[in-house]
Amino acid sequence: MKRTNLVLLAIVLLLVILPLVLPLPGGLKKPFSGTDNQGQNAIVTANPDYRPWFEPLWKPPSAEIESLLFALQAALGSGLLGYYLGLRRGQSQARRQARNRVDASD
Amino acid sequence: MHIAEGFLPPLHAAAWMAVSLPFVAVSAYRVDRLMREQPQIKLLLAAAGAYAFILSALKLPSVTGSCSHATGTGLGAILFGPSVMALLGTIVLVFQALLLAHGGLTTLGANVFSMAIAGPWIAHAVFHGSRRLHAPLAVSVFLAATLGDWATYLVTTGQLALAFPDPVSGVAGAAVKFAGVFALTQIPLAIIEGLLTVIVINLLNQNSRQELDLLAFAPGDVR
Repeated sequence: MKRTNLVLLAIVLLLVILPLVLPLPGGLKKPFSGTDNQGQNAIVTANPDYRPWFEPLWKPPSAEIESLLFALQAALGSGLLGYYLGLRRGQSQARRQARNRVDASD
Repeated sequence: MHIAEGFLPPLHAAAWMAVSLPFVAVSAYRVDRLMREQPQIKLLLAAAGAYAFILSALKLPSVTGSCSHATGTGLGAILFGPSVMALLGTIVLVFQALLLAHGGLTTLGANVFSMAIAGPWIAHAVFHGSRRLHAPLAVSVFLAATLGDWATYLVTTGQLALAFPDPVSGVAGAAVKFAGVFALTQIPLAIIEGLLTVIVINLLNQNSRQELDLLAFAPGDVR
């Protein structure tokens, strides 16, 4: 199981790294821009008269603050998920040890 | 898949809100009942929510030279059922709309529908379909999470095409255009989500079998 997971993780890493080292498709204006922004631009280009009728209540004041908040989001998630997985692993190891102790004392 | 604030005409925004609201209401009810009836699985539920938090925060590069993010909603959908994920996905989307100016309040209904409703339901359907065809657990999980992720972006494509049909080629033409932005880029990222979800399920199968049994998840697949 451990080996399976390591292999899967290696494939994930490969899929993330490959786009960064492979040559970019030709005609790309801005490499690695977000699809959400591209979607927005496609709307504006095709419908130059469209005006967004609502603005975000608050915007991160700079790219740094934005990346701070994205990092915070990922960190909160990882902290909780890591806590959960670590807790259960510890518990199942403790159960296994307790079982072995009982078996040994039989 | 985040449609930006104000980027759906008011009528479309309201319609998607109306479609999504009942799902989220039912979801809140289901989550509440789940936590009262099976308090032992609270932590696993939180972990599934955390997984969606992580994956939707990471914008990953794709071979198309664009960046996009996974959704992370497939895991919870196959563990707890799709209706539970509507609430968890909505929490993620509200966080991003308020703090990151990513997505928006007016487009919340549409974004909830693609990421927190359509994705989880597709993942759920694919998972149970492939289990019924006796596909191995890992394969079913992979297909469910991958296709659920991809479906989310196809729904976004459809939503934008309906709102902004091409003057010449109509909704279909606009769908092709928006699919060009979302669908291709998302394929490797959806595969990444599929693989990561298999890893998490493997870990759960190893150490959280008690909770999985409570949820009647993949009985007989103990390793």
